[in-house]
Amino acid sequence: MERRIEFNTSWQYSPAPESTDHIVLSKRYDNFIGGAFVPPASGKYFDTINPATEEKLSEVALSDEADVNRAVESAREAFNRYWSKCLPAERGKYLYRIARLIQERAREFAVIESLDGGKPIRESRTVDIPLVAAHFFYYAGWADKLEYAFPNRRVSPLGVAGQIIPWNFPLLMAAWKIAPALACGNTVVLKPAETTPLTALKLAELIQEADLPPGVVNIITGAGETGQALVRHPDVDKIAFTGSTEVGRIIQKELAGTNKKYTLELGGKAANIIFEDAALDQAVEGIINGIFFNQGHVCCAGSRLFVQESVADTVIRKLKDRMESLIVGNPLDKNTDIGAINSRQQLDTINSYIEIGQKEGAELYQTSCPLPERGYWCRPTLFLNASQSHRIVQEEIFGPVLAVQTFRTAEEAIEKANNTPYGLSGGVWSDKGAKVFKITSKIRSGVVWANTYNKFDPTAPFGGYKESGVGREGGLHGLLPYVNLA
Amino acid sequence: MAAATQTLPDFRYSPVVDQVGVADRIARVTARSIKKESKIEALKLALSMLDLTTLDAKDTAGKVRQLCYKARHLHDDLPDLPTVAAVCVYPNMVSVAKKALEGSTVKVASVATAFPTGMTSLDIKLEETRRVVSEGADEVDMVISRGRFFAGDYNYVFDEIAAVKEACGQAHLKVILETGELETYDNVRRASEIAMYAGADFIKTSTGKVKPAATLEVTLVMLEAIRDYYYQTGRMVGMKPAGGISNAKLAIQYLVLLKETLGEAWMTPQYFRFGASSLANDLLMQIVKQKTGIYQSIDYFSKD
Repeated sequence: MERRIEFNTSWQYSPAPESTDHIVLSKRYDNFIGGAFVPPASGKYFDTINPATEEKLSEVALSDEADVNRAVESAREAFNRYWSKCLPAERGKYLYRIARLIQERAREFAVIESLDGGKPIRESRTVDIPLVAAHFFYYAGWADKLEYAFPNRRVSPLGVAGQIIPWNFPLLMAAWKIAPALACGNTVVLKPAETTPLTALKLAELIQEADLPPGVVNIITGAGETGQALVRHPDVDKIAFTGSTEVGRIIQKELAGTNKKYTLELGGKAANIIFEDAALDQAVEGIINGIFFNQGHVCCAGSRLFVQESVADTVIRKLKDRMESLIVGNPLDKNTDIGAINSRQQLDTINSYIEIGQKEGAELYQTSCPLPERGYWCRPTLFLNASQSHRIVQEEIFGPVLAVQTFRTAEEAIEKANNTPYGLSGGVWSDKGAKVFKITSKIRSGVVWANTYNKFDPTAPFGGYKESGVGREGGLHGLLPYVNLA
Repeated sequence: MAAATQTLPDFRYSPVVDQVGVADRIARVTARSIKKESKIEALKLALSMLDLTTLDAKDTAGKVRQLCYKARHLHDDLPDLPTVAAVCVYPNMVSVAKKALEGSTVKVASVATAFPTGMTSLDIKLEETRRVVSEGADEVDMVISRGRFFAGDYNYVFDEIAAVKEACGQAHLKVILETGELETYDNVRRASEIAMYAGADFIKTSTGKVKPAATLEVTLVMLEAIRDYYYQTGRMVGMKPAGGISNAKLAIQYLVLLKETLGEAWMTPQYFRFGASSLANDLLMQIVKQKTGIYQSIDYFSKD
């Protein structure tokens, strides 16, 4: 008799949706420039939708070069008039105030983040928003201590920073960008992603409430062209970009020959390596967190799994069992593990890779969970028996799709793990301390987790090797891209 | 008996468990939100899985009889409630409980083997086991020899459990690991495997006499051991967290853990029990609350 466990139990969880009663969304949002909301020069707007229902949530300004000019002018004026003259401790005070206001309104931000982006409320409530507050708190503390961060150097701000952020962690990426920039005395123009502008615009309202001097933070919405205009603007001193490697390359070309500083946080294809002596049940939990966190829309996702051959069958069995208890559906339901794919476009990309993987000969496995009728959804997906030469192993899919390979020796695991153009993150699982240190030091990635995965902290620097990016964000290292040292 | 035909693993090399990862998993389990219909179902299921327990030096025949009545009539104001699974008593109360539960489906469980410490010789433990079974115990809750376990004498621990299992005859054997004394999850995992391979029908966390008693974390480690053993041998072993589960919310979290680790086949009193004394009334209060929308005073629920 085949031994299997039936996870489709007669006892089912009833829907437990988070209430949206307290959420106030305007029908239309303008750009936030010079401390006020101003309509775009073109008068044009575009819709932002809920990817779980495909319904329109609001519409936001479509900004062009004229709006970018206006925002940069405003940031420059705020830099000259207020922010560069502000006492460092005062800058800290504003940042602390923003952090506290975010904590006070955490639930509201969490719900909007899930509505606009599709991520489960479980994550926006316990990961995204608390980390946003933590980042502001952390960099608030640095504001008046910069000379201790860089001993024996004279520290001065750069000026105006142009910041372009992605749709996977909308408010968290805004915090990663704004907090260190402001702490170091810069003013900013931030462009949130096209599909997820709402929490950034809510942050603009909060910044107004915090009484930050007008123009210190400017937020303009738009698509790729808006970002391009910001990158090209001659009066921007620094560009901070998080997004795809493809766009990162274009930005790097644009910036060549200019004096602008830049940091790029790009794609990844992280190896998660499970050794036979690891605590296997916990390693499985780490695999799950590594690839299914935020629908796999995570640049540091553990999207390549390497399992030592002696435990491969056991690990795959445990992984399949654990995947069966993952609930895909309404992002606002407190029991949802995997929410909606962020956009139709991204769903198409993921589905095309699922086809490619099958054509390449990898063995597809998906769970049996039901999916809602409307909205963009993808079941948790494995590709077994994948090869280094498969596109699903080489290219970033940015979805809940895990490519699985086995290995025999540690050398083989390290070689395969590093055999990628990316180098953002990695994971190593073993119960042997010495082995963990030996292997992690050989993985060429910015972050390597040992016996855990996808853990974030504002005190830890984050960034990539190779095509995963340039520069570091977070921690003391995260101050460096925003200061001149003399 | 399965143990006769299977190859025994070397218990020195039981799988390792990572404490931080276990805590991470439990954080996700406790974040599950169980409301409305699913809550009522869970409350009733938990009631049916109760081993209503009294293990006090000052237990009297009268108290045991009262408890047995409660086991059969949880709250007569509510129709269609299940009965509890069993009443769990000390050896000298077995015959009292047996008589009081006659004609019902509620089982009599007795602790044995020099509960709660197990600090006596094997022949006395076996004699005690045979005695409670002959007086009518349907289930025997034994304790393992923790001293021998810590000394690395796994064969002794294994043989002792196997001998008690034999002495049980038809009675079901629950093996108490006393996880609060085992120090590490690695030890809990190892003791679980020893107990299952030696023939345990259930593995149980605690005597209730040592703190910490049952926790979600330790229960997860044991459920995963049960799952691996099932895949290895095809035999289903039951699980009984005992001690410290005093409210309905916590009981429901155990059911979430059970559902997501072992699934449908284990979600029955045949394979999952709660060892508790005060849990019953909290479950009943919550059921009444779900039905009426109002919390009633604890004075409206009988305390036996």
